[in-house]
Amino acid sequence: MQSHNACGLCRVEIDHLTVKSGKDVLIQDINMIFHCGELTALIGKNGAGKTTLIKAILGQRPHTGSITFVGHNETKAKQPLIGYVPQQLDFDKSSPVSVADFCLAAIRRRPAWLGFSKKDLSQLKDRLTALKVEHRLFSRLGDLSGGELQKVLLAAALEPLPDLLILDEPVSGVDAMGLELFYQTVCRLRDEHHIAILLVSHDLDLIRQYADRVVLIDKTILTQGSIDDVFESAAFQNAFGYLPRERSRQP
Amino acid sequence: MTLLYRLLETIPLEWLQYDFMKNALLATLVVTPLFALLGTMAVNNKMAFFSDALGHSAFTGIALGVLLGLREPVLSMLAFGIFLGLAISKVNSFHTASTDTVISVFSSASVALGIVILSKEGGFAQYSSYLIGDILVVSPSEILLLFFVLVAAYILWAFLYNRLLLVSLNPSLASTRNIHCQAMENIFVVMVAVAVMLSVKWIGILTINSLLILPAAAARNIAKNSRQYHFLTLLIGVCSGLIGLILSYYWDASAGASMVLTSACCFFITFLVGHRMRS
Repeated sequence: MQSHNACGLCRVEIDHLTVKSGKDVLIQDINMIFHCGELTALIGKNGAGKTTLIKAILGQRPHTGSITFVGHNETKAKQPLIGYVPQQLDFDKSSPVSVADFCLAAIRRRPAWLGFSKKDLSQLKDRLTALKVEHRLFSRLGDLSGGELQKVLLAAALEPLPDLLILDEPVSGVDAMGLELFYQTVCRLRDEHHIAILLVSHDLDLIRQYADRVVLIDKTILTQGSIDDVFESAAFQNAFGYLPRERSRQP
Repeated sequence: MTLLYRLLETIPLEWLQYDFMKNALLATLVVTPLFALLGTMAVNNKMAFFSDALGHSAFTGIALGVLLGLREPVLSMLAFGIFLGLAISKVNSFHTASTDTVISVFSSASVALGIVILSKEGGFAQYSSYLIGDILVVSPSEILLLFFVLVAAYILWAFLYNRLLLVSLNPSLASTRNIHCQAMENIFVVMVAVAVMLSVKWIGILTINSLLILPAAAARNIAKNSRQYHFLTLLIGVCSGLIGLILSYYWDASAGASMVLTSACCFFITFLVGHRMRS
């Protein structure tokens, strides 16, 4: 039997979700469900509203319709812990903030300007070691490469272990080796801790390899279901202009 | 207070024999750590321009005090400073115009309003001392008040720093940690407004922002983490405050401006050091 996540989150139900900015409709009438223990991939063209949908789930965008976190006994679960890895961390590269400052400020009350306890630092180092970025513990955030930053963001998002992990295009700037490690880590979390994962990505090959379900949106949901169903659909071909099998045959 | 005076008299320095210089020294020792503390976050949040606007709006605060018939305009300055700070951060949260445009609009409007009221019937000259400040007029009760503000600021800093840091790095990420970004911003804005309004009379409207920004900017050139950043800013702030005060005594010039000149020198030194460290 799989161990279950702490808050008892079973699935996230999104019902008739619409987000408007002034008169512009950013996303309209989104209906989808995604379950814990599953990696759900959200795909769509640029400007299709993927990031808007994520912001709405995070509670950062006013919206109509409902987003319900459902627990095991069909009860409404309490607000789940959400781990979030943003598309890119838009921050001032000259900030005097070390990796340790960033990761520990998120989980500890002791102010970063007083430094951190040895215990916290060694625990953090273990977590960074799992993602092979432990040598960056005391580096400034601005000195990290894109891939290293993504891994640090993932490490930070996983502490405390979330019920729902949201990855917004998490792999830009990660090299092939790092990419595999990144996805293996995410999938291990899904399998061992049964957390729900929502992934936004453009990398269709990776989605084919790791995702359980795929949702294709363009302002509203075009199609959703298993990888094969979505990738074979006409809507997919319209959006991306090819069938993935055709591309894999190319040299 | 008398105990502190006695203590200072034991230091064999010529300029410390005057009571007004003792007050000025104590005021410097209280104001510079307060500004260093707030400066670290103001620079992180790219709020240099914001605190500048806040300093300038002191004019409007004074003007309101005059209109209301207050003998000491400090209350109206505080009220207006807090109001302006919160108003800027509110308008800014709508994202309709870029931050510096929003601040600029508020800043110019409030300065203009202040000048119009104060210059009515040609009476502006009596307020011009606010422009460059005069640290020699500081009274012991004012120093004590600022000391309490400093203590309060450090207590808030101990509780809120981590959250402020995350908000300054990335608000979206911070709010997934159940941090209320707008509330954090408002608390910080109020802290800056209180610190600026209580000390603008001695530091001067024209130079107060530099005192807030320069020590942090100088420390940032060489700091690698939050701890280094904090303590370097504190060190640079307090040292340039003291050196500036002493220089102003011998030069017979504005203390605020001398302090700013000193911290500007620190900035260029750390800039060069930081440049060499990286290359």
